[in-house]
Amino acid sequence: MSLILKAIGLGKWFELSLSHQMKVSPFQNLSFEVAKGEFMGIAGPSGIGKSSILKCLYRTYLPSSGEIWFDSSLYGTIDLAKATERQITHLRIREIGYVSQFFKAIPRISALDVVADRLLPLGYSLNQARDRAMQLLERLNIPEQLWQAYPATFSGGEQQRVNLARAFAVRPRLLILDEPTASLDNDTKLNVLALMKEMKQDGTTMIGVFHDWDVMGKVADQILDLRKLQASKEQEQMAGM
Amino acid sequence: MSMNSADLINNAEKEWVWNETPLLKVRGLSKQFGAGCIHCKQPTSDEQEGSRCQYCGSIWACRNLSFDLYPGEILGVVGESGSGKSTLVKCLYFDEETTVGEMSISSYEDKTSNLFEKSAQQKRYIRNHVMGMVYQNPLLGLRMPISSSGNIAEKLFAADHYHVGSIRQRAADLLQKVEIPLARMDEPPKNFSGGMQQRVQISKALANNPPLLLLDEVTTGLDLSVQAKVLDLIRNIQRELRVAMIVVSHDLGVIRMLADRTMVLRQGLIVEQGLTDQILEDPRHPYTQLLVHSLL
Repeated sequence: MSLILKAIGLGKWFELSLSHQMKVSPFQNLSFEVAKGEFMGIAGPSGIGKSSILKCLYRTYLPSSGEIWFDSSLYGTIDLAKATERQITHLRIREIGYVSQFFKAIPRISALDVVADRLLPLGYSLNQARDRAMQLLERLNIPEQLWQAYPATFSGGEQQRVNLARAFAVRPRLLILDEPTASLDNDTKLNVLALMKEMKQDGTTMIGVFHDWDVMGKVADQILDLRKLQASKEQEQMAGM
Repeated sequence: MSMNSADLINNAEKEWVWNETPLLKVRGLSKQFGAGCIHCKQPTSDEQEGSRCQYCGSIWACRNLSFDLYPGEILGVVGESGSGKSTLVKCLYFDEETTVGEMSISSYEDKTSNLFEKSAQQKRYIRNHVMGMVYQNPLLGLRMPISSSGNIAEKLFAADHYHVGSIRQRAADLLQKVEIPLARMDEPPKNFSGGMQQRVQISKALANNPPLLLLDEVTTGLDLSVQAKVLDLIRNIQRELRVAMIVVSHDLGVIRMLADRTMVLRQGLIVEQGLTDQILEDPRHPYTQLLVHSLL
C-alpha cells in the first residue's frame, strides 16, 4: 500500500523569552508513516505532545527539525515542514483539513456561514455552500433554529459539532482531528463515527488524537502510542550507556 | 461538483495553482526620513542597531522590506507605532517617495517594471486604476464638504469612467454595499459619524474595482460596535470581490480576523512573518511573543 505521509525525525521546541528564557520541547526525533486511506490514532497521556504533533502537520506550529513528506495531489511529494506559506494555504483549502480541539468562534458569523465559508474558496457559490452546510448541520444534530445564531453563544458540545460540520463538509486527502469527540453526547458521537467512516470510504486519510480509547478502537487502523515510544527510547538510551 | 472523492482538484485547477504569480512584488523597500549622511547611506538589517543615524539624526523608517502578495490574499502588517508599517503602505501608494527599492504589479503593463521609478503621471495612473487606499483618518481619503456620491464619482473620473448615469448607479451600489442609506448618498461625509465616514471611504477606495486594496489602521479610534461593522464589511468585500489586501494594524485581533499571512514589523524591519495562525500560536521572535501575550 502506498504511503501518503511520512514523518522523519520530527522535533519541536519552543523558546520563550518573556519574563525569563525558557526552552520547552513537547517531542523530539519522532518518525512515523501513514498509508493512503488509513486512520492513524495518536495516544498518550495529556501533556506528552499529541496536539503539538498535529499542529506541526498543519503548520500552525513550525517544526524545529525533521521532515514531513506528504503525497500531495497539487504538488506531488512535498515536505510540509519546508513548504512555502502560499503552498500551505493552497493545501489547507484543497487537501488538508483540521479539526481543532477547541472551536474558535469567528465573531458575528452564523453557524451556517461558518460551515459554508469552508467551501467558498473551493469555488462553490454562496447558495451551493449553504445547501451543503445545512446537510452537515443536520447530520450533526444541530437544531435548525440555531443555524442563524452565532456559535459564540453555543454550548461547548454544540460548538464542537459546528467545528466538525465545517471539517466534514469537504473530502480532503488528509484530515487531522484533535479530540473531535471529547465533548459530544453519545448519539452525536455515533453520527461522527459514521461520518468518519464515510470519509474513509471516500479515500480520506485521517490522523487523530482521541481521549476515548473506545472511539479510537473503532476507527483506527494503527495507533501511535507516545508513552510506549518514549519508554523504548529511554531503554535504548540506557542500553547505549 | 463531486463530493465522492478525496480529490478536490481537477487538472485546470492544478495548472492554475502552479502558474499562480504574485499580484504585488516588493523587493528591498527602504525609506529614509531626513537628509542622510555618509554614515547612514545604507539601512542596516541589524536588529540591534536602531533605525536612527547617530550622526545626522536621519531615520530609516523602513529597512529593506521584501514580500509578495498573491491575488485575493490578505496580508496583515502588525507592529507598534513607529515600526514603519504606515510608511510602508504610504510608499506603496506613492504618498511617500521610496528611497530605495522595487515594486511591481502583475496586472500592470509589463508586470515586472519597477513602479517606484515611474513618472509622477504614471504613478497617478497606477494609483487610480489598480489601487485603492483607506486611511485611518477619513479626512485624508475623502473630500468632506462634497457629497458622498461625488466622492465616489471623483475616483471613477480619475479611473477614466465618464458616463454620468452609470457613475451614479455605481455610487448607489457601492454606498448600499457599505450600508449608507440611499437617501443620504448626496450628503457630504462631514455630516456623518466616524464609522459612516470610514465606510464611505472604503466604498470610494473600491470604486475603480482595484485588484489591490491598502488599509491603514482603518478601525483604530472607532468604538467597538462600529469597529465590528467595518471589519465585517472588509471580510464580506474580500469574500465577494476577492480583492487582495494589505491590512495594517497595531491590533492583533484585527489581524487574526482578517489576514491569511502576517508580517511583524519592528524599527522598520520585518522581524517575523508567517501564516497568521502560526504567528499567533507559535511566535518565535521575542517581540512577537510579547505582542501575542499582550493580546486581551
